[in-house]
Amino acid sequence: MYMYETKYHRPKTLAEATEIFAGCESPAYLSGGHTLIPAMKNRLVSPDSLIDLRRIPELSGLSVEAGRVVIGAATTHAAVAGSREIATAVPALAGLAGSIGDVQVRNVGTIGGSVANNDPAADYPSAMLSLNATMHTERRSIASDDYFAGLYTTALDEGEILLRLEFEVPEIAGYAKFRNPASRYSLAAAFVSKHRDGSVRVAITGAGSAGVFRWLEAEQALSARLVPAALEGLRLDPNDMMNDMHASGEFRAHLAAVMTRRAVENIGGVRID
Amino acid sequence: MSTVTLTVNGIEQSRAVEDRTLLVHFIRDHLRLTGTHVGCDTTQCGACTVILDGRAVKSCTILAAAADGSSLMTIEGLAKGGELHDVQKAFHECHGLQCGFCTPGMIMASVNMIERHQGVLDEHTVRHELEGNLCRCTGYHNIVKAVLQAAQKYRGEHGVAAE
Repeated sequence: MYMYETKYHRPKTLAEATEIFAGCESPAYLSGGHTLIPAMKNRLVSPDSLIDLRRIPELSGLSVEAGRVVIGAATTHAAVAGSREIATAVPALAGLAGSIGDVQVRNVGTIGGSVANNDPAADYPSAMLSLNATMHTERRSIASDDYFAGLYTTALDEGEILLRLEFEVPEIAGYAKFRNPASRYSLAAAFVSKHRDGSVRVAITGAGSAGVFRWLEAEQALSARLVPAALEGLRLDPNDMMNDMHASGEFRAHLAAVMTRRAVENIGGVRID
Repeated sequence: MSTVTLTVNGIEQSRAVEDRTLLVHFIRDHLRLTGTHVGCDTTQCGACTVILDGRAVKSCTILAAAADGSSLMTIEGLAKGGELHDVQKAFHECHGLQCGFCTPGMIMASVNMIERHQGVLDEHTVRHELEGNLCRCTGYHNIVKAVLQAAQKYRGEHGVAAE
């Protein structure tokens, strides 16, 4: 099957991008395209225009300065995975980025595309939610707790463009993921961050029936003691989990708890299975 | 329709193509370089792997228009003056192919891998970095051998220590 015809645009500025978007009937923004292009090839979506954001200056850059990390939306997974600054400041994020897809996918896929799409099994949403990141768009700034709004749903308005992701360097963070052996997306994954104010945020991806979510009970337990034993006896409700051909709600509830424990066991790094 | 221009294996190439044209079809149908293969519908198999601006990418998931202005290396660009590239030689010597369908993608991914790591590779890293390339024939064993052999040659030629 071939995708339907579309028109490709390569705006040089934000203003150009939003102007083109406003003038099209069914436009889509394009970043790495490794979710959108396959969807178009299968004719699941057929935007009449593709607006490539990757060369717009406001979406570029990666910095760690004065305890804050800022990552441009057009930054590839390979760049985050290979960044010395990220490896020093938040090694769990570098490890997470290095676990997405494969080498070729990581060379093209971007953090902005992942976060704007909010695939319920994607890796980055769990990191952004756990790290309490702020999503900066060309119109406003959105806190992570207000940003992730369900399966493939975010707080972004029509035409709104993610420019940068920003968060404070945590005291320590860990990530553990269990991949579907075929697709290699998460069946369940947990990103655990302990912040400088002592609070702990635990974000689970791959498992929730409404997408990425925070496991509040685990957060409370771990902010008292950031040790695996603190999670003993804590259970997720299978009815809140996704139930599909890959795994039942019970399986995911159990697996997500195991991933949370593994994230704590591997705090300061990652464990990818 | 747009005019798409890329430097392909060192030579500038321009073609007028529909905007929906995938890079792999630009390469195969418009440039007639059929060494790059289409193997799946799901961006998984890697038979379409080429090196775009120095990075291994899956050309079936990139629009040709999105690659306008870039430099591209395909499997056809490896051999020089009738002599096989070291990675091609290694695949040949190590019996790293049977039907050959995945081979161009495997080789392009391997060329890029060896360069990125300056030839410092172990079996575990090779297997991990070839996760984007699927082979139905060989069981990967001889492919890994071939990459390690070519990596060793690279280290020798570039004066890089093994560790």
